[in-house]
Amino acid sequence: MPPIISVSNLSKTYGSGFKALDNINLEIRRGEIFALLGPNGAGKTTLISIICGIANLSRGSVTVGGYDINKDYRGARSLIGLVPQELHTDAFESVWATVSFSRGLFGKPKNPAHIEKVLKDLSLWDKKDAKIVTLSGGMKRRVMIAKALSHEPQILFLDEPTAGVDVELRKGMWEVMRTLQASGVTIILTTHYIEEAEEMADRIGVINKGEIVLVEDKAGLMQKLGKKQLKLHLQSKIDAIPAALAPYNLELSDQGRQLIYNYDTQGERTGITSLLGDLRDAGIRFNDLDTSQSSLEDIFVSLVRAP
Amino acid sequence: MNFTAVRAIYLFEMARTWRTLLQSIVSPVVSTSLYFVVFGAAIGSRITSVEGVSYGTFIVPGLVMLSVLTQSIANASFGIYFPKFVGTIYEILSAPVSYFEIVLGYVGAAATKSIILGLIILATAGLFVPLEIQHPWWMLLFLVLTAVTFSLFGFIIGIWADGFEKLQMIPLLVVTPLTFLGGSFYSVNMLPSGWRTITLMNPVVYLISGFRWSFYEIADVSVTLSLGMTLTFLAICMVTIWWIFKTGYRLKN
Repeated sequence: MPPIISVSNLSKTYGSGFKALDNINLEIRRGEIFALLGPNGAGKTTLISIICGIANLSRGSVTVGGYDINKDYRGARSLIGLVPQELHTDAFESVWATVSFSRGLFGKPKNPAHIEKVLKDLSLWDKKDAKIVTLSGGMKRRVMIAKALSHEPQILFLDEPTAGVDVELRKGMWEVMRTLQASGVTIILTTHYIEEAEEMADRIGVINKGEIVLVEDKAGLMQKLGKKQLKLHLQSKIDAIPAALAPYNLELSDQGRQLIYNYDTQGERTGITSLLGDLRDAGIRFNDLDTSQSSLEDIFVSLVRAP
Repeated sequence: MNFTAVRAIYLFEMARTWRTLLQSIVSPVVSTSLYFVVFGAAIGSRITSVEGVSYGTFIVPGLVMLSVLTQSIANASFGIYFPKFVGTIYEILSAPVSYFEIVLGYVGAAATKSIILGLIILATAGLFVPLEIQHPWWMLLFLVLTAVTFSLFGFIIGIWADGFEKLQMIPLLVVTPLTFLGGSFYSVNMLPSGWRTITLMNPVVYLISGFRWSFYEIADVSVTLSLGMTLTFLAICMVTIWWIFKTGYRLKN
């Protein structure tokens, strides 16, 4: 199946000369949840803005559902629902009016049943006649999502959807995303919360300083870059690591009460069995052990810090 | 053509008008009534007639134009500036609508509002002075053309402005003086000849003159010239807006 969004050799230089995006190539698959991670100022929002028609591209091309975003902007844009990062809402209109307006703006005929469903899904139904200015931040965020969903888009862009949203609401939003994905909507999500990407995404892209650093299946990424760590809690403290154990590159910590061994789950041999044998031979006993896997956050930090 | 979108923008903007009915309609009517009391009844009673009509009657077209001009600019500039200011413009820019459709929605609503207002002021004037309209269709044509042209002009100001101060600047410093000096309250023929020549460089003169002609068949300049100048200004505004959208000026990075 062809990708639903295809970004080729995309560059963006602002009038000030700042190069926000540098030769981006990216394909988004139909029906996936794609998480775009990157530090502040990496170019996430610029990339989304270009695809959605809010900013002009400097070089390269983008197609959405096969439509070029400039030549066939109507075709491209009618597929997209956008929820920007900032809370941009009207103030004095009612929730119902503003969401209905969005549907009309995207050229869709009136469909009160659909608007009702969207508002109910987002727990906004009892606020449908409230003026937006009277709503809380979390509700305004959901109003913006409702606006984006009002015209039944095939692609939903969520730029930091859960920033400033409490835990319960965040979980509720994840639920909404899963339901949308199940109904066939492709979701592109930017986030600062690594756990969100870890929880939601099928694939993850990391962008840093305007360049795509990596695009991977989440599981593959975790596996590929996932380092595991074995911690051994020693029965009695030791002053130094015996010379016989030097090949394992062990670390001694907790004032000699703990040994740490790093290994790669992808390796043919983890070396754990022989390590344990060698420990026994060296007369080192332990009363507990645990293993831990680096999280996506560790991976992310190591990626964007790399020179 | 995405008519649904044009309709959505138009109705959204008109909803704002109804919601702010008091300031949208009532306050211009009140201020116009004050003009009638001051210039028409108080001072006007000392002036016998201008070009054969009583002074109170003479100023009616000028007063209507004054309101239509300022309201068109205010409505349209605010209509597009506000989404820019609060950020909701993102939705307009990301929607499958053409520039023409955006302009049609916003400018159409702004012009509708000022046309309604012009007609209300005209009706208000009828309460103070006897009115006669020799050429009602020409009157309507000038009214609509002026409302559309100056709504386009307001739209340009709304896009250009990057602060509330700038939003007020052009209407206050340029349009109001031009309107007052454009013959709202006097005939250009009453001026000494040197001033008359200078006044003819003021585009508002042509609007008011043509509009007044449709009422009383008295004009400072020929009707054809009035119409021509109005259409020229309309064309200039259209080209400017075309350029704005083509380059993304102040709208897109």
